Amino acid sequence: MLKRGLSAVATLGVAALILTGCAASAPAASGGDSGAPAFTDRGPITLAIGKISGGNAAQTAVDAWNKDHADEQVTLVELSAKSDAQRQQLFQNAQTKSDAYTVMALDGTLIAQFAANRWIEQLPKDDLGLDDRLPATVKTVTYRDNVYGVPLSTDAAMLYYRTDLLKAAGITEAPKTFAELSAACTAVKALPEGAGISCYAGQFDKYEGLTCNVSEIINTAGGSLLDDKGRPTVDTPEARKGLTQLVSMFKDGEIPAEAITYNEEAGRQAFLAGKLLFHRQWAYQYVSASASDGSSQVAGKFAVAPLPGFSADKGGASVLGGKNLVISAFGKNKATALDFAKFFGSAENQEVFLAGAGVAPTVAALYDDPKMLEKYPYLPTLKQSILTAVPRPAVANYDDVTAAIQDSAYAALSGTEGVDAALKTMQGKLEGLLK
Amino acid sequence: MTAVVHGKTRSAGTPARPPVRQSWHNEGRLALTLLAPGVLVMVVVIVLPILETIRQSLFGAPGLDPATGFVNETEPFVALANYTDIFSSTGERFWRALGNTSFFAVATVVPETIIGVGMALIMNQALRARALVRVAILIPWAIPTALSGVLWGWIFSANGVANAFLPTQVLWTSDGFAAQLAVIMADTWKTAPFLALLVLAGLQTIPVEVYEAARVDGAGPWRRFIGVTLPLVRPALVVAILFRMLDALRMFDLPYVLIGPRKSSVETISMLAQDEAAALRYGSAAAYAIILFLYIFLIAFVFVRMFGADVLGARDRVGPTRAERRAAKANARFIAAASAASPKETLR
Repeated sequence: MLKRGLSAVATLGVAALILTGCAASAPAASGGDSGAPAFTDRGPITLAIGKISGGNAAQTAVDAWNKDHADEQVTLVELSAKSDAQRQQLFQNAQTKSDAYTVMALDGTLIAQFAANRWIEQLPKDDLGLDDRLPATVKTVTYRDNVYGVPLSTDAAMLYYRTDLLKAAGITEAPKTFAELSAACTAVKALPEGAGISCYAGQFDKYEGLTCNVSEIINTAGGSLLDDKGRPTVDTPEARKGLTQLVSMFKDGEIPAEAITYNEEAGRQAFLAGKLLFHRQWAYQYVSASASDGSSQVAGKFAVAPLPGFSADKGGASVLGGKNLVISAFGKNKATALDFAKFFGSAENQEVFLAGAGVAPTVAALYDDPKMLEKYPYLPTLKQSILTAVPRPAVANYDDVTAAIQDSAYAALSGTEGVDAALKTMQGKLEGLLK
Repeated sequence: MTAVVHGKTRSAGTPARPPVRQSWHNEGRLALTLLAPGVLVMVVVIVLPILETIRQSLFGAPGLDPATGFVNETEPFVALANYTDIFSSTGERFWRALGNTSFFAVATVVPETIIGVGMALIMNQALRARALVRVAILIPWAIPTALSGVLWGWIFSANGVANAFLPTQVLWTSDGFAAQLAVIMADTWKTAPFLALLVLAGLQTIPVEVYEAARVDGAGPWRRFIGVTLPLVRPALVVAILFRMLDALRMFDLPYVLIGPRKSSVETISMLAQDEAAALRYGSAAAYAIILFLYIFLIAFVFVRMFGADVLGARDRVGPTRAERRAAKANARFIAAASAASPKETLR
């Protein structure tokens, strides 16, 4: 079947090559609709993974495996470091039913889509040894109660804040609520050294980061994007309360106007330049903000706290990032692939990735390891963020869902649409998408 | 007055073809044989993908089986539903994108033409640093569009260079008119050299004596430009503008990289097609692609009709024909004599 004629440059000849190529490699043991498939064949496989920041941690782990498995060698295929490009590579691989990638590191938001399209294999849950993982991370590899991946890494948002300025204003603790955050900001702005600083920023440009930030604020306010049965619930008082918080902070200037263009990098640069008092950001910012080589103006002057909430007893709810190891439905030697996925995502390897590259592990115990705590003082805060985290919706058409959320949220934040109208539109679109 | 009139004139009548049927037949067969490989390649790389895209556009996205949670294996045949959806349910987005696409085509090609012609005139002058000037002008064209999108992204970031020169902070990369302006500026920067290159090729076919004649007859620089340069470079210029228009109507990577996807003020039809394809709805993506194809075809057709762009090679090369050159020379004299005749009339 010749599909995907869209790319008008594809010649029939090339397509024919691809077709014959995939006919030869059609998986022998493709999973039935019920239960995990049999993982039988053994032999050489590949691991497709984006670059793990901070050197060749992945290659080191692969080398360790290859030393003990002469007949089941693993070849590392490095994917693009940018998530868009990575996603595209994995999509193309799936659509051409290529066996180029056997084990793949997949974003949590893509699990549902890949599972629904039967591009990845359902895994035997009891065989994976996931008991030592943080429960929220297991949720990100689950689609319709079946497990499709080994949680390799995770990530959650934290509130970065300037300890020096809060101290100067006589504030000793990080704010637990948005009200406290605003009060602290007012106090700091009254100081000579706090003049001209912006209160708060997250990621508000129109991309996946906006979905994260909006999803968090709605969950934090006690609302949700979808209910337990997967029906959209964004036209609710709680969701309104959440989104209104961000919109009014934009209006009051507590969030600087330029934050509507912020992605992770732009926000990080602003925080490192000392222009932000509070910043909602992933864990990776900690190391770069601590750099003492002059690239960071705030080294030694900041700390992290869990995201603020709306009441003192209920903190903010982060979304989850992170990568999961999945097995391509079109790959060969799936018995080897399953063993290798378990090995690569094991507690031992996660410790290596954490120590070497600061990759947040999914194994709970590593967050309490004294050696790691010394190196990464933010781990307890991160753990707390992960424990209270609410993952983004696990739906097959996540692209459309996140686009609908971004469209309405961006209109509300940039002031072109009121909060009520924006949420009503969002609800309508989500209902159409999730019938 | 040096009335330089070309002594040699083309022989009036074209030589009659020998009316031998046999030879015509043989020639035709030879031509067919020689053309066949080319035609075959065209069919494989152009006709078949277009037909396949049309076929694809008649199919919808496979639905999700609510019982199993799996996506269905087959794509349903939906006939023209993808097209009717574009004009009804997603109509607002489509018309906006069509408007943006057309707006960008005009708003980028006009400044590009003006600047491109200026650049070509500079490059055509025999300066001492001629090679250096040419290289400097052509560099933006050599940079891949996606890369120049990233470069301009830095310039237009909230704390970028562009804002450093402005009294207020303009949020270029957010949605709105500023975003359109950013795209236009970046595109002009990138593709004016392309126009300059084609116009330069046209300029170099204009013989020096035409200018000399005009100068001797007392035409100033501006009159020489209007009366001699523009009419003679017109065929090259029209083709260059046509190419640019077609290119601009397909604009995708610059707004996508510089401003970002799904921003309504800069979303073009190419971006809509990409957006649909990324969401695995190939049918509607193909429908957008077909509509864009037809739109570009229409614009190109109208343009060729209006300006007579010589894309089909009726004149066998880009540049003025001899007759045109003669006409321009006469024209130059005419102007110098302060005649009121418009250059166009003289040319015809």
